[in-house]
Amino acid sequence: MRKFKDHLLLGLLWASAFLTVAVLVIIVGYIFYKGFRLIDFNFIFGDYSPVGHGGIWPMIVTTLYTIFISLIIATPIGILAAVYLQEYAKQGRLVRLIRYATESLTGIPSIIYGLFGAVFFVTTLKFGMSIIAASLTLTIIVLPVIIRTTEEALKTVPLSYREGSLALGTTKLQTLYKVILPSAMPGILSGIILSIGRIVGESAAIFLTAGTVAAMPEGIFSSARTLTVHSFLVTQESGDIELAAAVGIVLIVIILILNFSATFISKKLNKADY
Amino acid sequence: MPIDYLGGLDMTFIRKTTIGLLVLFLAAVLSACGETTGNGTGSSNGSKEIVSISGSTSVGPLAEKLAEKFKDNNENINIEVNQIGSSAGITNATSGVSEIGMSSRDLKEEEKANGLKETIIAYDGIVVVTHPSNKVNNLTLEQVKQIFTGEVTNWNQLGGEDMEIVVVSREDGSGSRDAFQEIVGYSSGELIRNAIIASGNGNIKTTVATNKHAVGFISFEYIDDTISTIQIDGVKATAENVLQQKYSLSRPFLFVHKEDNITEAGKQFIDFILSSDGQAIVSEAGAIPVK
Amino acid sequence: MLEKLSARIFLFCALLSVVSLLLIVGFVFYKGSHPFVAEGYSFFDFIFGMDWVPSEDKFGIFPMIVASLFATIGALIIGVPVGLFTAIFLAEIAPKRVAKIISPAVQLLAGIPSVLYGVFGLAIIVPFLQNNLGLVKGQSLLAVILVLAIMMLPTVVTVAETAIRAVPKMYREGSLALGASQIGTIFKVVVPAAKSGIMAAVVLGLGRAIGETMAVILVAGNSLILPTSLTDSVRPLTTNIALEMGYAFGTHQEMLFATGIVLFSFILLLNFVLAKISSKGGN
Repeated sequence: MRKFKDHLLLGLLWASAFLTVAVLVIIVGYIFYKGFRLIDFNFIFGDYSPVGHGGIWPMIVTTLYTIFISLIIATPIGILAAVYLQEYAKQGRLVRLIRYATESLTGIPSIIYGLFGAVFFVTTLKFGMSIIAASLTLTIIVLPVIIRTTEEALKTVPLSYREGSLALGTTKLQTLYKVILPSAMPGILSGIILSIGRIVGESAAIFLTAGTVAAMPEGIFSSARTLTVHSFLVTQESGDIELAAAVGIVLIVIILILNFSATFISKKLNKADY
Repeated sequence: MPIDYLGGLDMTFIRKTTIGLLVLFLAAVLSACGETTGNGTGSSNGSKEIVSISGSTSVGPLAEKLAEKFKDNNENINIEVNQIGSSAGITNATSGVSEIGMSSRDLKEEEKANGLKETIIAYDGIVVVTHPSNKVNNLTLEQVKQIFTGEVTNWNQLGGEDMEIVVVSREDGSGSRDAFQEIVGYSSGELIRNAIIASGNGNIKTTVATNKHAVGFISFEYIDDTISTIQIDGVKATAENVLQQKYSLSRPFLFVHKEDNITEAGKQFIDFILSSDGQAIVSEAGAIPVK
Repeated sequence: MLEKLSARIFLFCALLSVVSLLLIVGFVFYKGSHPFVAEGYSFFDFIFGMDWVPSEDKFGIFPMIVASLFATIGALIIGVPVGLFTAIFLAEIAPKRVAKIISPAVQLLAGIPSVLYGVFGLAIIVPFLQNNLGLVKGQSLLAVILVLAIMMLPTVVTVAETAIRAVPKMYREGSLALGASQIGTIFKVVVPAAKSGIMAAVVLGLGRAIGETMAVILVAGNSLILPTSLTDSVRPLTTNIALEMGYAFGTHQEMLFATGIVLFSFILLLNFVLAKISSKGGN
């Protein structure tokens, strides 16, 4: 009897794992199967047109804009904030408050970020529905990611590095720039990669702040459409699953590349540790 | 040994990644710029005028087609069309967020009071649509009302098969929904609760096209063979019938603006739409010309 | 001098996350409470009202609250056992080679943009429910639950797996030495020992489910009905915001922020629970 129960549970464990993998294979497989016929040079690099499937270059450009702008703001702020928390701050109320805020930001659903972005950046700061409004909203979304990963990376830098450097008469700041930050670089990089993944995958917050204009953005104050929003809108508006899936392939390939580079970097990190 | 550590991390990898990202971004920016300057007519300042238009998703596709043709002769004017629903478009035009608002229904009294000027750019019909397999092809306005208010819930009450009716409506704030409800004669509060709410003409069309139980309403422009259209009181949903005032489900397409917000470029665009060239595009798109 | 200045700059950067949080909470709550504080709407009627007809000045979100709760609980019922069992499998049972394939797969599942889950749901799950299970409309609470269950899987798997792996080897060895079987050890010793981590996995999965928006819009049907069965089409809180924010203005827009406050409150509650769990785990 007991043996039977053991076998049953073991079977359930295998079945669950199989189910999880099956779900992944079905979803990714379906998206590739539905979309791959549309993928060609003109689709990726062509201009959007409301007739037919249209190219997605404007959406790729918009996505790159949002990645670039939010990272260029969030990365330095996030790194310096982590430096403060790890290297400068004395444990106490203030640090607890900052940690609490960072953690809370992680848990907020993106639709709430969207609401905030729509009223703060779009309306109050008068940016209008625009790439810049979306990018600033995304900056807040990825800030905690960068802070957390950088903190983790700083923790792994051995104390002896700091002591050694300080003993040589360098200042704290010099030690930071010459020794600590370079050593923490792989961790920081993987944080940035994680952030890119988050930005590429985000939709609700962008939908409410960047709008839906399907054209090449004239600049950062233009309303525009990212890849995810495009995939959403073509599904909803025209029911064009093939097009949505083709955009999905582009997104999944980007995510795969990001995952791969993150693994690669963390492997490098581990090797360097020995 | 911090320096060693750094070496172990493979600087070339980091450098390559960074350079790669930068190149990608530059390519993106350049292509965006190319877009801007490439079309320039060589005018001295080279900058484009932007006419921002927002509102109805029924007027939107027509506005985009008109804008595309308009740009052929006015290369330094860029027309930005945001499809966000009639009510929002009217609000944007009132507040100045957009230069022109698009509406697929008549203005309400309080909206007119804000000093909006309206231009009828076309007329349009609304058509009740069902799944192609549905045998019902004629309804009275009263029956349409009964369907959308939930008094009639099975197709066999309307001469069709014995199956439940699934009502698909637009969202509150849609001009098509307001116009439809006003003509059919029910209010938003009376709409059957379990109606699927779709946020655009295209969304209604695909929902109806993939569900044999469904009934919805869309603008004439969206008619194709994935759905079947219903006659109202025996009158077919065609442009001629709307013009001859035989078909009752019709409404105007409006451009609304405030006199002090409109730019020369915006005026040019409206003039173009009302010209014979513009009106030719209107009828090509499936809407009904003003003249 | 430079040292001092830079320390200040670092502090400033760190404080930015506090500022952001305050701004977000401040703006959402300010906008969302305005109708109740200044315009005389009743908060009770808002929470327990059954009618949401913005054009007739009726703002009741009770059906949406119920829809959000049902969808989340339903997703938990399916997603948690599958996710937890997968985690146990990966940490305890799986041969290394198998785990090496599954782990990146789960990672990829976590990285897929949520919109694509919605696309998949609309293209596969909705028609399946309509054609094979005979629902009159595939856009339904059931479709939402299935999509959310899939979406919470990776979160539950990764967090629970980490928790199970963190259980000291001693526990297993002790139990096995006492003659317990491998499966018995896992379920009677290892899983209980990893309880707080597993609870955290569940709460995090819950957070992902209740906050999900774009995937849900595509499969929910967005009806304003109080759900009484799995086949009803529903409108969860998040969907209401995303659907109407584009064109709402005035009181209507503020009511969407109020909807955001309700959603926010659920998340804060979850965070609180999570904090309780992790502080327990710390002991």
